[in-house]
Amino acid sequence: MGSREEQSAVNGQQSAQTFAGQAVATRDAYGAALLELGKRNTRVVVLDADLSGSTKTAKFAKAFPDRFFNIGIAEQDMVGTAGGLSLAGKIPFASTFAIFETGRAWEQVRQTVCYSHLNVKLVATHAGITVGEDGASHQALEDIALMRVIPGITVIVPADGYETEQVINAVAETDIPVYVRLGRAKVPAVMPAEYRFRVGKAYTFSLGRDVTIIATGIMVAKALEAQKILAQKGIDAGVINMSTIKPLDTAAVLEAARTSKLIITAEEHSIIGGLGGAVAEVISEQHPLPLRRIGTRDTFGCSGSPDELLKLFGLTADTIVTAATDFFKDRQ
Amino acid sequence: MAPVTPTRDSGALAEQARKVRIEILKMLTASGSGHTGGSLSSADIVTALYFYKLRHRPLEPDWPGRDRFILSKGHAAPVLYTALALSGYFDTGLLKDLRKIGCPLQGHPSSKLLKGVEVSTGSLGQGLSIANGIALGLRLDNSPARVYCLLGDGETQEGQVWEAAMTAGHYMLDNLCAIVDLNELQIDGKCEDVMKVEPVAGKWRAFNWHVFEIDGHNMSQIIDTLDEAEHIKGKPSVILARTVKGKGVSFFEGKAEYHGVTPTAEELEKALKELSSNGK
Repeated sequence: MGSREEQSAVNGQQSAQTFAGQAVATRDAYGAALLELGKRNTRVVVLDADLSGSTKTAKFAKAFPDRFFNIGIAEQDMVGTAGGLSLAGKIPFASTFAIFETGRAWEQVRQTVCYSHLNVKLVATHAGITVGEDGASHQALEDIALMRVIPGITVIVPADGYETEQVINAVAETDIPVYVRLGRAKVPAVMPAEYRFRVGKAYTFSLGRDVTIIATGIMVAKALEAQKILAQKGIDAGVINMSTIKPLDTAAVLEAARTSKLIITAEEHSIIGGLGGAVAEVISEQHPLPLRRIGTRDTFGCSGSPDELLKLFGLTADTIVTAATDFFKDRQ
Repeated sequence: MAPVTPTRDSGALAEQARKVRIEILKMLTASGSGHTGGSLSSADIVTALYFYKLRHRPLEPDWPGRDRFILSKGHAAPVLYTALALSGYFDTGLLKDLRKIGCPLQGHPSSKLLKGVEVSTGSLGQGLSIANGIALGLRLDNSPARVYCLLGDGETQEGQVWEAAMTAGHYMLDNLCAIVDLNELQIDGKCEDVMKVEPVAGKWRAFNWHVFEIDGHNMSQIIDTLDEAEHIKGKPSVILARTVKGKGVSFFEGKAEYHGVTPTAEELEKALKELSSNGK
């Protein structure tokens, strides 16, 4: 047992700070967190649909074969089976790629899981454009929107490995249906070691007098990068990590709206129905101000390396910087 | 009304099924909306479950040791509601408010609103997966409780049913018993014309299920088969129950058009006369 496991065992319910300051893929943090959770809580069971190596549930499967169920390439059945396990008092974590978890099994999530309000944790990996070379069929750019419209579900997109670990531990303590969106590629560490994730609570790095960038997932790192570049250009920018997209932390959004002249949202997702849409809904009704949404624009992705794709689809710090500088140039 | 005492007497159960049919028809007429044909076709099966086979405590609906019943064909909600009410889960007076605003008896079963409903159903094809999950969970806890899942034959046109059939066979869920209400009709007409699923038995066998084929209106056969299914080890059981849509009311029997149509006041009167003369 390595030091990480020992630390976790000592801390009990409180997760060890294994990934604080570490650049890892959020799916890797998930695999590690799930394993730790499995040791602490025998009610935790895990399901996968023939992708356990990729989703990283294989670690749990190896440690707890009795509590792991591979359902095969049958996502609808996997979500339904997870629902049944929750009815039998278990805490099921059901994983596959984001596009299949939300798209293929959407109605099972709606009807079986959410309508009955079952304690099912849908943790999807390989979300967004950074799936890369597999191309459009595997790049979920609509999953946040698909989940967000279902009544009663909580939607969470962690920004880095450390936050992922905390999210997994936190949702295991709740008895609500949850969708957690994770990525395939390694992401920089952005959350400070003292950070404690709470469902529904945004993390405000700072509020900007000029602009506040509300970002989620891998775009939080890009927003922090953009903040530095904007400072050099004399634009005071703030950054909020909106890791819970539903229920949205409207207080954090409104605080940014009152402080800043412009809000920019940034997500590795379509600008339709995702974080940008959620923020737009709040500010247009409660505190109208200019909004720019960074995300993919009503388009499918394509094959390529993750970094090339992020550039091609404008999911970069530069795009955020341009959105802000264009806005303030127009006003000067 | 006092809750009914469980019995293995097939004559008493057949009499109970007659009462269930009467309640179904009355509630559907009062509602003016709901599914008549498929509720009547499964009345004998559901009666056998609730008044003989299921180990359950109507006054303690969350009792962990209970056998679970999942109504995958959720549109047959009237038969479930009737069985629950006559078992003592809630007052039979509620039945007349089926599908009305504020009534927990929704058009399709809602577990959030009505105790005794294990899980919300209504979108076809999802129930068996849920039953599998419960069966897996019960097995992990070494619980002796069993899971029963009632499906319609039209419903088995949904691909998820066969995904779930595969899973139950793969995981050798011998604490699970599926029952298919084979009434051969669906909304658009005969199942074989809309989308042929027959031959059925071989499909389930191929997925490693133990298959029983019975007359779904023969009460002693139903209860004998439910008993026998409990002794099948190493694989799930499926009871393919041949039934008649609209069973018990001559002018509804075998008619696809009564899938989602309720009796008029005159039809109810006629139907109740038929059922009372059948009874004795």
